[in-house]
Amino acid sequence: MYKYASPKNFYALAGRLIPWLGTITLLLFVFGLYLGLYVAPPDYQQGDSYRIMFIHVPAAWMSMFIYVMMAGAGLVGLVWNIKLADMLATASAPIGASLTLMALVTGSLWGKPTWGTYWVWDARLTSELLLFFLYMGFMALQAAIDDPRRSARAGAVLALVGVVDIPIIHFSVVWWNTLHQPASIGSLGRIVSPTIYPSMLHPLLIMSIAFFVFYFTVVLIRMRGEILARERHTGWVTQIVRSGMETQGKFP
Amino acid sequence: MIWHSWHAFFAMGGYADYVWGAYGFATLVLFWNVVSAVRKRKAVLKMLRELALAEQAPKETGAQRYVSE
Repeated sequence: MYKYASPKNFYALAGRLIPWLGTITLLLFVFGLYLGLYVAPPDYQQGDSYRIMFIHVPAAWMSMFIYVMMAGAGLVGLVWNIKLADMLATASAPIGASLTLMALVTGSLWGKPTWGTYWVWDARLTSELLLFFLYMGFMALQAAIDDPRRSARAGAVLALVGVVDIPIIHFSVVWWNTLHQPASIGSLGRIVSPTIYPSMLHPLLIMSIAFFVFYFTVVLIRMRGEILARERHTGWVTQIVRSGMETQGKFP
Repeated sequence: MIWHSWHAFFAMGGYADYVWGAYGFATLVLFWNVVSAVRKRKAVLKMLRELALAEQAPKETGAQRYVSE
């Protein structure tokens, strides 16, 4: 296991895993969409508009999960100075930001027919919007600092400060009065004895796993790019660059 | 199976704009993620290749090529 902590071995391992993870993601999405759009019945209150849940809820979950991964990896990089952890944090940010945006936009499109408005400045929506700005701030900060180690440290500190937003998002529907509905799942116990029908729960779970595996697929692709950039002075990266040029006929 | 026809499926019980708008946006975001991640790695490789060529160039064809690139 430890041997994969070196960027060189991780690069190779990730390269082998990506096609498998990508295939699993695709199959899960197809199955989840089939269950969610084709098999699941309409909601007795919301009709078919509730089907937005199958992407909105996984996207919102992932927006928080990826942030915790980013802050956690940042902390590991900060304390133990592990390059791969820094790269995981950097690679996670754009994925997390885009899924936060997805949660906001799909939530807005669900809010209009359900609440009569695209947006309200309540605790849940505002704290999720803040999460989007935290991701953007992290990326802007890292892009502004050229030195990779200083860039990683600054990003990690920002991510760790911003992590207070995660419990605020999670508990916002409990702590404050809001239009946003409380969690339907929320805990493992609710999965075992859920408050929603299995025909609606199953597509939600499958789509959530699909988003989860999707994140790992994309983050590995991004980390491979980060590894090449930051390890460019090492012999093995030089070799990859040279072999690429040979096959393209650019290099004599 | 709960849909009586393809038409009913696409109409989404009158919520077509919202449902398909949300699914369409989600699809765009997922595609952007894959495309930008793959492009990022290829861009790094391309940059490293050009750097390697630039280093190689003066030895092979003189400084002329280094300048022209």
